[in-house]
Amino acid sequence: MATLDSKIPQGPVESKWSKHKADIKVVSPANKRKLDIIVIGTGLGGASAAASLGELGYNVKIFCISDSPRRAHSIAAQGGINAAKNYQNDNDSVYRLFYDTIKGGDYRAREANVYRLAEVSNNIIDQCVAQGVPFARDYGGLLDNRSFGGAQVSRTFYARGQTGQQLLLGAYAALNRQIAAGSVKSFPRHEILDIVLVDGKARGVIARDLVTGEIKRFGAHAVVMATGGYGNVFFLSTNAMNSNGSAAWRAFKKGAMFANPCFTQIHPTCIPVHGTQQSKLTLMSESLRNDGRIWVPKNKKDVELLRANLIKPSEIAEEDRDYYLERRYPAFGNLVPRDVASRAAKERCDAGFGVNETGLAVFLDFKTAIERLGADVIRARYGNLFQMYEKITDVNPYEEPMMIYPAVHYTMGGTWVDYNLMTTIPGLYAIGEANFSDHGANRLGASALMQGLADGYFVLPYTIGDYLSHEIQSPKVKTDTPEFDEAEKAIKDKIERLFAIKGKQSVDDIHKKLGHIMWEYVGMARTKESLEKAISEIKAVREEFWKDVRVTGTNNEFNQELEKALRVADFLELGELMAKDALNRNESCGGHFREEYQTPEGEALRDDENYSYVAVWEYEGEGKEPQLHKEPLKFEAIKVAQRNYKD
Amino acid sequence: MNLTLKIWRQKDAKSKGGFETFKVEDVSPDTSFLEMLDILNNDLIHEGKEPIVFDHDCREGICGMCSLHINGFAHGPDTEITTCQLHMRKFKDGDTITIEPWRSSAFPVIKDLAVDRSAFDKILQAGGFVSVNTGGVPDANSIPIPKKDADESMDAAACIGCGACVATCKNGSAMLFVAARVSSLAKLPQGKVEGARRAKAMVAKMDELGFGSCTNTQACESQCPKLISISHIARLNREFLKAKFRD
Repeated sequence: MATLDSKIPQGPVESKWSKHKADIKVVSPANKRKLDIIVIGTGLGGASAAASLGELGYNVKIFCISDSPRRAHSIAAQGGINAAKNYQNDNDSVYRLFYDTIKGGDYRAREANVYRLAEVSNNIIDQCVAQGVPFARDYGGLLDNRSFGGAQVSRTFYARGQTGQQLLLGAYAALNRQIAAGSVKSFPRHEILDIVLVDGKARGVIARDLVTGEIKRFGAHAVVMATGGYGNVFFLSTNAMNSNGSAAWRAFKKGAMFANPCFTQIHPTCIPVHGTQQSKLTLMSESLRNDGRIWVPKNKKDVELLRANLIKPSEIAEEDRDYYLERRYPAFGNLVPRDVASRAAKERCDAGFGVNETGLAVFLDFKTAIERLGADVIRARYGNLFQMYEKITDVNPYEEPMMIYPAVHYTMGGTWVDYNLMTTIPGLYAIGEANFSDHGANRLGASALMQGLADGYFVLPYTIGDYLSHEIQSPKVKTDTPEFDEAEKAIKDKIERLFAIKGKQSVDDIHKKLGHIMWEYVGMARTKESLEKAISEIKAVREEFWKDVRVTGTNNEFNQELEKALRVADFLELGELMAKDALNRNESCGGHFREEYQTPEGEALRDDENYSYVAVWEYEGEGKEPQLHKEPLKFEAIKVAQRNYKD
Repeated sequence: MNLTLKIWRQKDAKSKGGFETFKVEDVSPDTSFLEMLDILNNDLIHEGKEPIVFDHDCREGICGMCSLHINGFAHGPDTEITTCQLHMRKFKDGDTITIEPWRSSAFPVIKDLAVDRSAFDKILQAGGFVSVNTGGVPDANSIPIPKKDADESMDAAACIGCGACVATCKNGSAMLFVAARVSSLAKLPQGKVEGARRAKAMVAKMDELGFGSCTNTQACESQCPKLISISHIARLNREFLKAKFRD
């Protein structure tokens, strides 16, 4: 059995990282040239890591499923990136960013990792500006900031509503520079189907060339997973269509333990579902809550008129509107964290005040802001988001409020890593959304970009050296070995098995069934009963999949159905682990809301005595129950308290 | 809505392609164009036929992956959108819709409607970056940048690399794509240092990869989902000429 050692350095939280950097080993330039690293994924984490490792002199191979590294889903992040620069003189600091992140995560994140994240946040902004990222500036030519949920300071840097795009283009440019220099080799349209272990260490991967179907082997001295989250378990989410959890799940089955799988973020401001044929959900940036006010009608009569399309929302008088976030949370108002805002929207809709034909939507209204600032200022701030909204819904948000509803957006859970970002498989690392460590049970807005780049630019390039310093005697990893033979054969057998089923249902048919179970029973509100039901229903759907799925075409071609089938096969197992984890956690915290555990006011009720730990699951073999390990969470720099966004 | 679709099918890069006709029925006008294709594909799978291959990912207009030529327009008959943002309300019940891949010799078809745009990556690898390593950079606020310059840089940086400009240009030129990157960096002090080298290297790579030359028809701008202005091409030309004069 693998052991859990988080390797958190000794000493006060503010000096742990400096001390650790001084203690860990480095690899000389001459030896770096002899070492190979594989990076899976080209989002903010993967691209920044591969570029930085290439600059240091390692031989890097980077893989992505898209046709270009620039298309990774980090590109879709809209609102911004946090950093503790305190440029606004509003008393921000590394400590405050650290504190807000721990509190926002409902005291379920690892203190040492989060402090380091806050500590390096300022370097990220410097780095991005040096790369030519066109952040928003004020008239004096200095960088501008905006506010985000869960914070009372303005620490979010942004590039219109396309911050993720601009940061990714910066990292992608740095990556391109290394590709041109020959230190990084890029493999677009390749999907990683397994991690290969030799003598217990990660020594390579099996990849499928998505264009030709060829199954290929790649060896390396270390492997980095930067594969993002697994929100697509839910079928409908704000994730890109091709985002998946397969690399992480393959690694899990090879011994990389998985932490807090049930911690899923439901983002409060997404465009509501319009029908059964919908393929994905679109996020409206949290930054809109800086100026938008969220409300539903106070009176059921107005709700009915709205649903019947007999009145327009703008016709409802001010006194007949319930700005429920401002009412319930006066101190933070519309800028409460995402989990709080999502649950509050659900509460109003469940109580019968939801708008839209489905009754599953609330308003996000810019009327007050447009009156105060003028439409031009609002256009300058959010123009592209307003345009996106209008194209999708055919409603002009300058005139009528947007309709929004929560949707699956991000997964805080992920592959367990120690302080060095190494998984329980030696030589296998997980960075960015793919790991679990920084956001606890709820991620604050504008912190995902921060974490991806922190891990890739400033953490992994240091910590991986400590491991690789012990590998300088290891020769190039050969791929014509029994370990690679076995891994390749397993993949080929699985692919053959999928084609041989020749059933009646498409992969999407079954993915939708899984998504329905996940959303209904493992979604925004969970109960013991709903989770038990989910576990048994997921099992049934999984059996259905292996008996009745139809995968068209062959392996030796560009075959998107096969790609989907391989991913959904993994989601059907991962979904069950999420439900099991949620069932184990008999408390409510952050995005994990168990209806049995709430305060009289309907807020999440944590149980610190029994659940102040990271739930870490270990694979025990096909058909066997995974084993639960616990990493206790110790808070030394922060006093644990119930989250309060009221005053 | 009921529709007739004439869709380009091509087995692989080497095979000869051709149009195939399909019917889809009962499509909601609120459905997106790609969701309409999902419906068709699901029907095809149920019939045991091969679904149509097309590139797509984020489905919110930012990744630049989707790339369909619809009724003669890159990204279809609407402005300021990518294919994934096109909705069926832009069509009429009973319409016949023609769907093709991007057509350009620099973007060979991989299968059906998916093309290979790796040439764009190669152009950016030739110089679309600022040569700074991770770490050791000055404080972000140490160099003030006029808001106007930062805004203009951002206008150009909004390019999503979808290739609609190339697909629309009768010469198959990548000038708007190259100009967007060169211009975005040229407006910032950080990018100015290598401006001359960048412009020359990227233009040379574009020519080498078989893209056509720019004859100022402005077609690229009209189909750009992010409204990248051809004024950036003028800036690229300036940068390029300045660099040449210096040689």
